[in-house]
Parts: sequence; C-alpha cells; structure tokens
Amino acid sequence: MRIERPAPALLVLEDGETFVGDAFGAVGTTTGEVVFNTSLTGYQEVLTDPSYHRQVVAMTTPHQGNYGTTEDDEEASSVQVAGFVVRAASRMHSSWRATGGLGATLAAAGVVGISEVDTRRLTRHIRSAGAMRAGISSEIDDVDALLEIVRAAPGMVGADLAREVTTAMVYDVAVPEPRFHVVAYDFGIKRNILRLLVDAGCAVRVVPATTPAEDVLTWEPDGVFCSNGPGDPAVVSYGIDAIAALLDAQVPVFGICLGHQLLGHAVGASTYKLPFGHRGTNQPVRDVERDTVEISTHNHGFAVDGTSLANADRFGAVMASHVNLNDGVNEGIVCHDVPAFSVQYHPEAAPGPHDGRHLFTRFAQLMARCAKGRAHAGA
Amino acid sequence: MPARDDIDTVLVLGSGPIVIGQACEFDYSGAQACKVLRREGYRVVLVNSNPATIMTDPAFADATYVEPLTVDMVTKVIAREAQRAGEGERQRAGGRGAAGEGERQRAGGRGSGGRMALLPTLGGQTGLNVAMDLAHAGVLERYGVEQLGAGLDSISVAEDRRQFADAMAEIGLAVARSGEARDLATARELAAQMGFPVLVRSSFTLGGAGSGVADDPATLDRLVTEGLAASPIGQVQIDESLLGWKEYELEVMRDHADNCVVVCTIENLDPMGVHTGDSITVAPAMTLSDVEFQQLRNASFAVMRRIGVETGGSNVQFAVDPTSGSIRVVEMNPRVSRSSALASKATGFPIAKIAALLAVGYRLDEIPNDITGATLAAFEPSIDYVVTKIPRFNFEKFPGVDGHLTTRMHSVGEVMAIGRTFTESLGKALRSLEDGTVGLTGAVDRRDGAALEAALRTPTATRLHDVDAALSRGWTTDRVAELTGYDPWFCDQLAQIVELRRALRACETLDNVDPWLLRRAKRAGFGDAMIAGLFGVDEASVRRRRRALGITPVFKTVDTCAAEFAATTPYHYSTYEDTTEVIHSDRPRIMILGSGPNRIGQGIEFDYCCVHAVQALSDAGYETIMVNCNPETVSTDYDTADRLYFEPLTVEDVLAVHDAEVAAGADDIGVMVQFGGQTPLKLAHALEAEGVRILGTAPEAIDRAEDRGRFGDLLSALAIRQPDGDVAATHDEAIAVAARIGFPVLLRPSYVLGGRAMAIVYDTDQLRDWLQANAAEGAVLVDRFLESAVELDVDAVYDGHELFVGGITEHIEEAGVHSGDSACVLPPFTLGRAQVSLLRDQTAMIADALHTRGLINIQFALRDEVTLVLEANPRASRTTPFVSKATGVPLAKLAARVMAGATLADLRDEGLAPPLDMAQAPPLPYTAVKEAVLPFNRFPGVDTRLGPEMRSTGEVMGIDERFGVAFAKSQAGTGAMVLPEKGTVFVSIANRDKRALIFPVKRLADLGFEILATEGTAATLRRSGVAAQVVAKHSEGVADGRSTIVDRIEAGDVDLVFNTPRGGIGPRADGYEIRTAAVRHGVPCITTLSGILAAIQGIEALRDGAVGVRSLQQFHADAVRGFDSAPVGRRS
Repeated sequence: MRIERPAPALLVLEDGETFVGDAFGAVGTTTGEVVFNTSLTGYQEVLTDPSYHRQVVAMTTPHQGNYGTTEDDEEASSVQVAGFVVRAASRMHSSWRATGGLGATLAAAGVVGISEVDTRRLTRHIRSAGAMRAGISSEIDDVDALLEIVRAAPGMVGADLAREVTTAMVYDVAVPEPRFHVVAYDFGIKRNILRLLVDAGCAVRVVPATTPAEDVLTWEPDGVFCSNGPGDPAVVSYGIDAIAALLDAQVPVFGICLGHQLLGHAVGASTYKLPFGHRGTNQPVRDVERDTVEISTHNHGFAVDGTSLANADRFGAVMASHVNLNDGVNEGIVCHDVPAFSVQYHPEAAPGPHDGRHLFTRFAQLMARCAKGRAHAGA
Repeated sequence: MPARDDIDTVLVLGSGPIVIGQACEFDYSGAQACKVLRREGYRVVLVNSNPATIMTDPAFADATYVEPLTVDMVTKVIAREAQRAGEGERQRAGGRGAAGEGERQRAGGRGSGGRMALLPTLGGQTGLNVAMDLAHAGVLERYGVEQLGAGLDSISVAEDRRQFADAMAEIGLAVARSGEARDLATARELAAQMGFPVLVRSSFTLGGAGSGVADDPATLDRLVTEGLAASPIGQVQIDESLLGWKEYELEVMRDHADNCVVVCTIENLDPMGVHTGDSITVAPAMTLSDVEFQQLRNASFAVMRRIGVETGGSNVQFAVDPTSGSIRVVEMNPRVSRSSALASKATGFPIAKIAALLAVGYRLDEIPNDITGATLAAFEPSIDYVVTKIPRFNFEKFPGVDGHLTTRMHSVGEVMAIGRTFTESLGKALRSLEDGTVGLTGAVDRRDGAALEAALRTPTATRLHDVDAALSRGWTTDRVAELTGYDPWFCDQLAQIVELRRALRACETLDNVDPWLLRRAKRAGFGDAMIAGLFGVDEASVRRRRRALGITPVFKTVDTCAAEFAATTPYHYSTYEDTTEVIHSDRPRIMILGSGPNRIGQGIEFDYCCVHAVQALSDAGYETIMVNCNPETVSTDYDTADRLYFEPLTVEDVLAVHDAEVAAGADDIGVMVQFGGQTPLKLAHALEAEGVRILGTAPEAIDRAEDRGRFGDLLSALAIRQPDGDVAATHDEAIAVAARIGFPVLLRPSYVLGGRAMAIVYDTDQLRDWLQANAAEGAVLVDRFLESAVELDVDAVYDGHELFVGGITEHIEEAGVHSGDSACVLPPFTLGRAQVSLLRDQTAMIADALHTRGLINIQFALRDEVTLVLEANPRASRTTPFVSKATGVPLAKLAARVMAGATLADLRDEGLAPPLDMAQAPPLPYTAVKEAVLPFNRFPGVDTRLGPEMRSTGEVMGIDERFGVAFAKSQAGTGAMVLPEKGTVFVSIANRDKRALIFPVKRLADLGFEILATEGTAATLRRSGVAAQVVAKHSEGVADGRSTIVDRIEAGDVDLVFNTPRGGIGPRADGYEIRTAAVRHGVPCITTLSGILAAIQGIEALRDGAVGVRSLQQFHADAVRGFDSAPVGRRS
C-alpha cells in the first residue's frame, strides 16, 4: 500500500520567515495578520469568532479537528478567520455532538489552511518579532511570489474592521418575560454573549455598528451592550461617539473586548497595539475590587493604556477594575460617575472558562439600580 | 497574604514503602514540599519509613524520622517535637540559642510560638489515613497541631462513598448508583437491584485493593469476600457499572481565597473499568469539545469546594457517556496523587510544591511560575504537545495470576513520553517501556477472528497490540472502537500508524523509502529499531540512512504556556520539526542516564542514586543533564538537573540528546551509565561505539563482572573463592554441571536483574522442569547453592587507588532468598573485625582488578568461616540508598565525583567523605534493618514463600540502638508484618529447622503466647516442654472435615505464622495454603528460620518497654563521631 504525499502548502510571514506544510481546508491563497491562540479546546468557536476577522490564526495545540464541528458551537454564521494554521489536522472526528468535520467546514467556507507546520517555531517567532502580516497558499509554491502578496496586504493598525463584520440590519432576540430591554452594538458580536444576556433576563435588540446613539435612545433601553470585534479601536469613531452620547444620557453601558476599548476612548483613555496580543483561554486576570483571580478567555491585539486612565475624566472618575497578572495589561475599567463598565477579556468564554460569567449578572444589577434611580427621580 | 508566621514547624508524612498503587511519585511530591517549606523558613519534620527516598535525605528536613507510619510512632514523633519546641522556648527565654540535640537551627526561621502544623496531603493514602487516625485519636488536639490542606471532615466526605454521593447530589452532580455492604447478603441484594455487571470496591484502601468488576454472582461473592477482608473498616462498596464510558481526570488546585485552576486534564485511552493507574492515559484531553470540557472544569471546582479542600491540589475523576455526554463523578482525592505527579511532569506545573505553599498561606497569584520566571502560578497551563503514559506490569513474576486489568491496580511502574502528536508520544512511550517493545510492529498474529475479538473486549497489558493486530487485518476503526471502548479518534490514530507501516513495508528496502515518507514515519513516533525490523536491517543502518537524509530530531521545551512566554527552565523533549531550543553552554557538562520505568528489581533505589549523582556533580560545578522517562521520579523534576530531557532510554533517543548537547557546547560531554540500574548499562556498548564518552568504570569491565566465565578467571587469579558452578549452553550441559558440582543448585539465565526466573533445584527432575520452562532464555548459570550460608553485601567506592567501604550489610534470610527480598542489617551482627577486614581486602582486590572507578557492590556468602563471592556489580546497587541512609555517608555522591575524576583523598579534603570508612571505623552505635515489602495482597493465591526470584516492590528501614527494636520497627513499617506483642503463634517448620527453633518458640510460650502447631511440630515441641495445641493441616481437614489451621487463620484466631517450607518446588501443599491464608487476612507470616529468630528478638524488644523515636540527623551525628575516631586497627 502506498501513501500519497499530500498537496503542499506554504506559510510566509512578511519578514520572510517561511513554513512548509500540507494543504488543509480550501485550496487557494489568503493573507491576514498572523496570530497564535493557546486554547486547548474550542477551535470552532475561535474560527467563527468575528474578532478574528482578517487574521490568520495558528493554534498552539497540535491536534485540531478531533471532535468535529457542530452548529451549536458557532459564534457567528460562518468561519471568520482569514486562514488557519495547525500542526496536525484530524482526518476524522469523533463526538456525539458533531455534525461535520473541521477540514470540510473550512473548505466549505472557502478558508485556506495549512497543517503539519512547526507551530511552536511560528509561535516563538511571533512572540519575539510581533504579530505581522502573513500569507498561506496551496497554489503558489514560490516563496518570493507569496511574500510579495503578503507585503501588499493591508495591516491591522488603523483598520476599521467592525464595519465589515457587523449585522446589516437591526434584529431582535426575544425572551418571554424580559426584565430588561438591552440594545447590543454589533461590532462583531459572538452568539454566546447574546445567550448570556438572554439568560440574564434581557430582551436584546442587535444593531449595526454605525447606529447613531440618538436612534438607540429613542428605544429607551435599560442598558446598552458594546460587543467584541476586530480591528483598531482608535479608528472606530462612530462607536466612540455613540458611547459618549449614551454616557451623557446616563444609560448603563457594558462593554466587552472592542466594546471595552471603545468605552475607554469615550471616557478619554487611549489604546495601543500589543506586540503579539493575548489569545487563549488560560489568561489570569485579577479582579481588583474583589481581590480574586479569574482564568479567562482573551482575544485582543489592542489594549486600553492603563496609564491613560488617570487623566481620562470626560465622564468623571474611571479606574482599572481588572489587570492581567501575566503582563499587567489593563483588562477592565469601571466608571464611578456614569453607570458603565467594561472588560477586555471574554466573560462569555466560548471557548474558555466560565469564571467571568457573573459580569452579566452585574450588568443586570446595574440596569436594575439605574431603573430604580429613574423611578425615584420620576416620582 | 504571605506565608503564615503563626506556625513554625510543619510535619510532613511520607507514604512509606513503595507498594503497588503508591510508588515513588510521593517521594517526588514530598521532596518538593519539604524543599520549598524549608526555603520558606519553616522547621520541617518528616516521617517516612522508606530509606530509598530522596525526601528522607537528611538535607531535606530539619528532623527526619525514618519510623513506621503508624499512629503510635507518629504520635511519639509529635510528642518529641513538642517537647523539643518547649525546650527551645525556654532556652530562648533564657537568652540562649535553641539548637536542640545536634540539629542545625537555620537563620531566619519563622515564628517563635513553636506551633506545629501537619501537612497530610503529600503522603498518598498512607499519609492521609495516618492523619485521620491521629485526628480521631485526639493526638492533634492534645498537642495543638493544626491540620493543613484538607481537614478531617473533607477527607471523610471524600473517602466515604455514601457521604460523597450525598455531597455530590447536593451540588447537582451525578455519581454512579451505589450502596455499601458489610456482609455478603447485603452486597448480593445491591447487585440484584443494579443488575450485573457491578463494581466492587473495598472501603478505605489504596490503589483499589480488594476491588473489581463482577459480571456474575460467583465473581461478586469472591470480590466481596476479599474486599471485606482488605478494608480496614470491613466494608465494601457496590457501584453501578460505567463500563465503556470515557474516563477523565482533572488536576485541580485551590487557594484560601477560593481561586481555582485546572492544571491538567488527562484522558484515559482505556475506558471505565480499568484502574486509572493501569490505563494508558493521554494529556491534554483529546476528544472533548470546549463545551464538554468546561462542564467538567466547573464540576471539578464544585466538587473541591463542596468537599471543602481549602488549599492544595485534588484529583477529580469523571466518567462521560460517549453517546450522550452524560457525566458521573467517579471519585475525588483531596491530596496529591500519582496523577498529580504525572500532571506536574506533563505540564511543568509543580503541583506538590504549589500545594505546600498554598497550605502555609500563599495564594496562587503570590507564587511565581518557575518555568517562565516572569508569570505566576495563577493560570492554567497550555501545552503544545501530547503526553502519553503507559503503565508497566510485572505479571510474569506472579505465575497463576490472570493478566486482566480491572479496577484494582496491578501495574508496578509507568513511563511517560512527550511528542508533538499523539502517535509520536505513543511511539516514544512504547519504546520507553523497556520490555522488548519497539513500537506497534504488527507482529504476525494467527488467532482466529473470535479469539481476537475476545482479546479486544478484554482489557490486558497487551491490548494495544491486539488493536494493532485487528487494524492490520483491515478491521475498521469503528469495529475496533466498539470492541475496545477506545474512542474512535484514538483508533484512527492507531490506524494511521498501521497505514504508515504498511507504506514503509511496501518499499521493500530501506533505501527505497522516499525521504518524505521516512520523515513522516519518524514524525509519527516510529523508532529506528521498529523501522529496522520492517526491513530486516540493524538499527544503526536506519540511523545512518536518516542522518544522510538530514532526518534528525529537534528539541522543544515544556514551558507551561505553549511558547507564549520565554522559558528559563531547559526541560526538553524531541520531535521531528524545524527548529531546536537547546541553548548553548560553555560549562563542562555531564549526562546522567536514569533508570526508566519502575519494575520489580529496579525501582526507586536507582533513581535515588541518579539524583545523588546529579546533586554531587552540580555542587562540583558541572552542568548536569538528566535523561529519563519515568514521571514518578525525583530525577525527572525540572528542579533536579540543570537540563532535563524527558526521553526514552534507548540508543536512538539517548544519542539524539547527546548529539544535541554536543552541538550546543564547546566541550565534549561525559555520560554516566552506572547509576540507573540495567537500563543505561544495556546502552553502554552501543553508545561507546558511536563515540560517546562513558565516565567511570568502563562498560567492558561491567561485562566482565557479569560474565560467569571471565569473572571466574578474574577471581581465580586473585585467589578468591566463589561457589562451584559453570555456564551451560545446552540442557545436557546444565545437567552435567549439576551432576559435577552436586545439588542443590542455583539456576539463572545470564544477564538478569531482580532474579528473573531464578530458582533453586534439588534434583535432576526439578532441573529438567526448570530448563523446559525457561529454555528460550539462552545460556544458563548453574551454581552450587550454599544452604544456610550467611549472605553479605559490601557497597564501596573505588577511585583506582583507594577503596571506601560505605557499608557492609548482613542478610537476615540465608543465601537463596533474593537479596532484594531479604531483610538485612547494618552493621553486620555476626561478623568479627577480622572478617570485616577480609571482606574489605577482597572488595579492594576485585574493584582494582575490574578497573572500577566509582561504585562497586559485591555479594559474599559466608559459610564455615569461608567467604565466597556470589557476584560483583561495579555500578550502583539496590542497597546503596539504604547504606547511605543508615550511615549518613552519601555513597552515590562520592562515586559520581570519583567518576568525574576526583580522588577519595580530594573528597575527604572537601569534607564529602569521612576520614574512615565503615570497615575501618568502629561499628555504628546503632542498628539499621532494611525489610522488603512484598505485593502478595495484590495477587491473591500467589505463594508467598521467598526464593531467588525477586518479588518485592519496596523497602522500609527500622533504626534503633537495639537490634530487636530496629527489627520490630522494620516489620511494623511494612504495614503487613506488624509483630504482635501477645496472642497466638502458629508454628509449622521443616524438619531441618526444628532443632534450631525449639528454644526460640519456648521463649514465646514463656512470654505468654499460645502456641499452635501441626502434629509433627507439636510433638517435637512437647518433648522439649513447650505446650503446643495441635491443629489439623489443611489437607487433613479436606480429608476428614476437621477444623484446620486455615480455618483458624480465617477465623482471626492467629496473630503470627512461622512456616518454613520444605526444599524444592513442591506442588501446592499445606504450606502454600497456610501462607496464602495469612496474606489474605493480614497475619504476618515468616518463612525463614533466621527471620523467625529475628522476629522473636523483635517481639521481646517490643514487650521490653517503650520503643523510642529518634531523627536520622541525631543518629548520623553519632556515626560521625565514629568516623572521626582513630582507625580500629591502630588502636592500642
């Protein structure tokens, strides 16, 4: 019996670092910012997370695809990553939950991947050289030709990507007896956020990223949620302006990830790009107020500059509520004079630990308190 | 909050001797804990009866009590320490230093209140049980000792099945339906309610003793009877069977601020029904989606919180239904465990060390992560490789035991391997086993389909190879998955190995193999030896071909974080990828090869020697490199050597490490193969042939000592005697040799450790039988067996000019009992100074003739004033740690330095070696007794009589000023041989022993023991005025229905059994029935004359009055005074 050598594929980074592997997923050529994710489980949630839009994601966990794919684990309606890099792609899957396989899912979504890559070498390279543009191709076998394409691709700084992944129109997620009415800004929202808002008793109206605050205020929501999403927060001025207007109106605001960075900008803080970001499900975050540590899911290449918080006084005092234990990066803020808080990490997990889920309850409590305040004010 | 300063002393309990289910992983855990607690400034008091452990090295604790882990003895330790603290307090009050009894007081010690705390969660089930007993007995309260980690209530809830089930129900988690029974009738009723199969477990026993799966009423009856007997509280648990469910283990940690992390998730390849210690396990979990994994993670925290483990590590086991995802909590261990040791090695997260720090008040976010140096312990390791653990079994040593794996653990050791993929780690693990396995070779298999199906359905040590056979026949992965209960994903991975192997074979010759395909095979974990086998070439040819094609491994790093952060700890594994991570070094480097998986005959003793070698060489400024594949050990702690390579101990893998290190440094590297037992020795020639520099005694010299003929010539030239004997190449030759030298003869296949297949035969028929059974083993050594000779072990170091005798130990059992199974005594109790000098001289002559540089162990037999050499081993021996522990002289350290070029004179100047050796100094002012611990309770029905084949798994030491007390302590330490102080003794002895035993037995009668004896023995005793009650033999009872000795043992009427078997390999006789009944019921049973004499001395000592406790540090201080005195010979 012979084994046919699989079709080869190339991965080339913009600094010329080259990796040879096997073609995986769709056949073709793709480019994006190459980043690594250290989650041991949850490849499908990663692949379908809109925050990974235009990124080539490399998984540090060698085996991918073992338990297949299922619609239940999709965080958005299709695969969102620009490319997928793995060490070992499972040719079959095994799980009572699975309805499909990883390779087929990627191929169907037209997403180019590469397997049999020394992903540890890649990760170490990104760790020292920083996240950068990269390309995968299962068509082009000439490194220089692929490198040229990579260098012509757009970078991440200054990229307004939320526009590209947001919903085209408003839609509602209803619950039988809602305790709260929440408007969710979709900058690339994950489905599990909606599930957890619903679990917290919220009827959610999901709106496009560019929806003006005035439109939102006409619905008189109990609170506004600002979602995760891809790209550079500094250029999402429409989002920053909308949040500022909502804060002016004393509407309770809860932000996650990009939503957190936009809240930061709205209150006067600044953001910056991390060398290679945090992407994984094992990041320790200290909850400053409760003095506990949560193990959390991260997916961010930009961060709020913790040192800029002291002078961020557009809406009164703001303080760092969460800090990453590994590197001291800001992971959350809370406003003292307006009802708003946000976290950089992903309390909705999917994939990852559920340690931060209580934040959805906290949002509900904040809305309840404000509603009571308004009732008092009205009385 | 930083560490607590309201306590100043931490009492750590070890786990005692190595037994099945509790091995050297607790030495690893305990040693880590002791080290870090001392670093934190606590006074560490350690109790552990196992002298072969690193943790009982005097440097690891302030006071090390090598005493039995019994409530009585630990209470004495607590009392003594409390008294000491009181004295210290008074002294401090008086303005003086508090250095008590020669023990060193460290600067910067914590607290001054003298409060003691007990850390019971590091010593396995033994430590936990003793802690519970201490608490129940009110000892902890009486002395104000606080229990750290897990409290009494937590332990009870976790251990008691019903309480546990109730607790789980409270937090909404399901457990398998279960009930408990204190008698057979209740057990039958429960089984009827649940329907067969059901699981039977004995309550409060470790490693699942007295447990199993019952498919039918007969099996149920047997298991329940055994389980009730094994349980200290006479209770068994009957559980709903979850056979075929997937099994997972989560290693969880919690701090006092309720921060929780999962360190590692382990997936068992074998589904539920096989003890996790006997399962092939894989980390991280391979077939769980994130949704399912997070359910288990949440559940594991809920369990830990509900059980109330306030700080530390726990192991939570789950069963998951592969068809629905339903979850059952199987069990939780509120302590560090075998799995936590594995998880620590698999991730680089040192669970025991962190648990110790949490116990004294730290939080996870206050403890640094050693591996990165930059991050904290509050995180969950992410691993970018796959770890596979495979258990190592020794069923061949226990004839008649079926090799089926059950919920009762039978493995004696394990290997772990790291690869970037499952197949790579599996391939590496298989060749680490060192049982002849080179990988999944698809060996020719002629079984019919039904037989193979049955094999796939039945968990055994070789099932993986059955799967290989089925897949090789083209059976589908689904069919194989269905039959085995392995997840289909794993079956597909195995199928990929089969396909690759087929593709290689199809190339017909090695040179025909496409480089791409060869590389792919190496990436899938194919060893060179396995590939060589496919083409009928030698391993070196594969290596040459690979190198010519540039297919060589690179080394990656275990760093806890999947390369997210830079690692500062060089903990490596090999794989076939692009780049290597071995960093350059300009320091002189020495590589020490470890001992591989624990097995009977080669256990923790050799790891102890390896660790000592590393320590000595590190102290001397060398950069040390450790290569080993045993996850239970201290040697594979990343903290032990400067560089750790977790690799199989094969020529291929060791050479790869060597090449990588050579490439990473300027200097040549020296390799030490003499510390890890047979494992590295077997590699020595091949390594040398590849140009590797072997330090110390040359492999050729080691061969010369092992080769009967050449060694005989060497002894003749030195005019030193050895027993008559010869090497026989054929059966006829063997018979001729025996006829020439006379029976009885000792038979052994050449080149064995642990006495595999060794036997003593008394006539030609027995000789023929043995040859028949062991024909395939090649050459046979036939030696005259010396009946009733005294056997002695000399352990020494030779530097080329000078000999240093570390110790002479005298065996209590006569020659013929394997030295590893024999109790032995240091200093020798029947030797005079002249004999000691003679042994020293002969050892020096042999050491010199063998060109020894380093350790040498020589076994002598002494009979009628004549010394004969039984064997010489110019390498580390099993007795090295015992001798070092007893004398305080670190022999393996001296040896390592000598091998690296130092002389004994240099070492004396440094203070590492004392001025006089043990054959020159006056005898020690105390006695140390080593006793073997045998695993017979795991193998019901196996004859317990001792013989030339080693069967013990571990050892304990008893130490005291008086021999009798030391011996009694050694017996108590075994846990199985506790000598009674009163009661009934049954005596049945062979005729040749009767004369010698009359007076000792009379002594017992005088002490008030009731004597039971079989008719013959009773008559002899009566004639000498010893009243003995006659009891029927088992065979007599079978004949006429009388109540027999076996009945009496089963009724609990007997407290001690003396039974010396008649010579020869008899059929299952009365003696066998007596001995197995004694083991079943936990009655100490002594089978040798000298053992009985020692036991009687022990009993007398026990009855004499208080048995005291004393730390090793104090004993050693006494020993040092002896070493420093004038040489005996020169005394006037």
